[in-house]
Amino acid sequence: MIAFVLRRLAQSVAVMLTVALFAFLLFRFVGDPVNNMVGQDTSLQDREKLRQALGLEDPVPVQFLHFVGRALRGDFGISYQYARPVGAIIAERLPATLELSFTAAFLALALGLPLGVYTGLHRDGRAARLLLALSLVGVSLPVFLTGILLILLFSVALGWLPSFGRGDVVQLGGWATGFLTLSGIKSLILPAITLALLQATFIMRLVRAEMLEVLRTDYIKFARARGLPDRIVNLGHALKNTLVPVITITGLQLGGIIAFAVVTESVFQWPGMGFLLVQAINFADIPVMAAYLVLVSFFFVLINLIVDILYYVVDPRLRIDRSAAGAHGF
Amino acid sequence: MASETAALSAGLRHRLRDSDLFRSFRRSPVTVVAAAITAILVLAALLAPLIAPHNPYDAASLNLLDARDPPAWQAGGDWSYPLGTDDQGRDMLSAILYGMRTSLGISVAAVLLAMALGIALGLLAGYAGGWIDTVIMRIADVQLSFPVILIALLVDGIARALLPHAQQDRIAPYVIVLAIASATWVQFARTVRGSTMVERAKEYVQAARVTGVHPALIAWRHVLPNAMGPVLVIATLNLAFAIQTEAALSFLGLGLPVTEPSLGTLIRVGDDFIFSGEWRWMLLYPAIALAGLALAVNMLGDWLRDALNPKLR
Repeated sequence: MIAFVLRRLAQSVAVMLTVALFAFLLFRFVGDPVNNMVGQDTSLQDREKLRQALGLEDPVPVQFLHFVGRALRGDFGISYQYARPVGAIIAERLPATLELSFTAAFLALALGLPLGVYTGLHRDGRAARLLLALSLVGVSLPVFLTGILLILLFSVALGWLPSFGRGDVVQLGGWATGFLTLSGIKSLILPAITLALLQATFIMRLVRAEMLEVLRTDYIKFARARGLPDRIVNLGHALKNTLVPVITITGLQLGGIIAFAVVTESVFQWPGMGFLLVQAINFADIPVMAAYLVLVSFFFVLINLIVDILYYVVDPRLRIDRSAAGAHGF
Repeated sequence: MASETAALSAGLRHRLRDSDLFRSFRRSPVTVVAAAITAILVLAALLAPLIAPHNPYDAASLNLLDARDPPAWQAGGDWSYPLGTDDQGRDMLSAILYGMRTSLGISVAAVLLAMALGIALGLLAGYAGGWIDTVIMRIADVQLSFPVILIALLVDGIARALLPHAQQDRIAPYVIVLAIASATWVQFARTVRGSTMVERAKEYVQAARVTGVHPALIAWRHVLPNAMGPVLVIATLNLAFAIQTEAALSFLGLGLPVTEPSLGTLIRVGDDFIFSGEWRWMLLYPAIALAGLALAVNMLGDWLRDALNPKLR
């Protein structure tokens, strides 16, 4: 177990270093750090001095090490667009994105899991078929269009919910939360649903497919033959064995949620990191793009790591295989 | 030569009619409808210059007095603008037809590029093995742990930062094609690599190798045809994804300029009027066209995946 975690940890570090190298190349060679820090009237000598001070004359590998060192301390340079430290800007935006993403992930699971079980158990039922057809519509509808249609219905036509922004936020330490005010929660509803719908359809289709597969196996038939009640067979035996792929996909979906948050945040002008990224791309704000890349990669690597470790918790076969293999000296 | 091709195509027609694929196609009415909708939309997009009542690129024909005309069947509508006009007086129907043409062109180009890249790298990795295989597949693994839309966004952003600002509008379509293709080649590469490794070990491939056939020719003639089924499925599903991604990028203002009608830019323009309470046709009709196109292509892809999956027969 410990060896496995350590190996996965080493892999994660390798991926992060690759991403950091990419971000560094972006930062160093796509944008010109000096040109964007000084005005037009700065003399060539002053620019040269600044290059020295910034370490841009050092060998490139040394510069990369410095870049990684600064990134570890949250220092990603100065945003071209805002002329402020990128780390501070992202720290302000992070709570908005995380609150939106986790709400959406929770909604997606709360919706996708039961619907997937239902459509798996009643595969030929009318409601299940309707749900399946609807899920294809959900997959085909681009996220930004879902958002626009929800705004059109609930904000413009009905006037129930706000269509942009986060509402009022409460400062808790450095964390600005929208969970504690009515306007904050009302503002969260539409973007969270927009973001959750696509993922919920994925989870539903996956759980359904896995349920269908497991329900065909012999041990389910045997459990039924033993006269166990349907509820125990379906939920205790069948659902439990679908959980490994479901956990993987849900973990990966969380990455998808963070990615599609970019689109959702733009539609709802949600003041998070995704909205920031779109503005950064528009302004060619390279430091912000590089920082976003590193931070989001860190989230993905973290999620993947947690998913892999969860396997061990959910699937006892993995643990037994390993220890048995160890005992036999393989 | 001509009679030869005719005989070949007749034989092909018979094989097609008797094939499992065609039978499963006819058995699924939903798929037939999806195929019909796709065909109509693709045809309409291809023939846009012939069937569109106006040319949306012709600024001289625009008349601001005709701006924001409602669809023909509503009060104040006019049959010369069947689906109404936008804020510049551009005919919506023509803009949607031309927009679909642009969106489809970009998406098809992106899928073809991703397919070419993926097949080439997949064949190379599977056939060469060794460190070439390791390098290609490691890149693929790392890329696969990132959501596709995010990679497309970042490639788009980097390309925009690298390219001169003045040229941006002109090269925007190529940037989108590159962004989508570089985000989606991995699926093709993994599939083709898998099939290549299976086929490479088979006797007929070894026989071909012993007789001195060039490895590239073996890969092309013997290995690739066996991988084409899954590649076709991935291509169809990716086409739906490419249509959506182009629209999303253009909607975010990171794709085509507003002067260039694509389904994404049309929705972007229509979205500006979302709170006006009227003029909703500017948003609604391009949205319906986009959703319909993506849905129909997705349904075709879903059917193709199930039809080609021997496990589900």
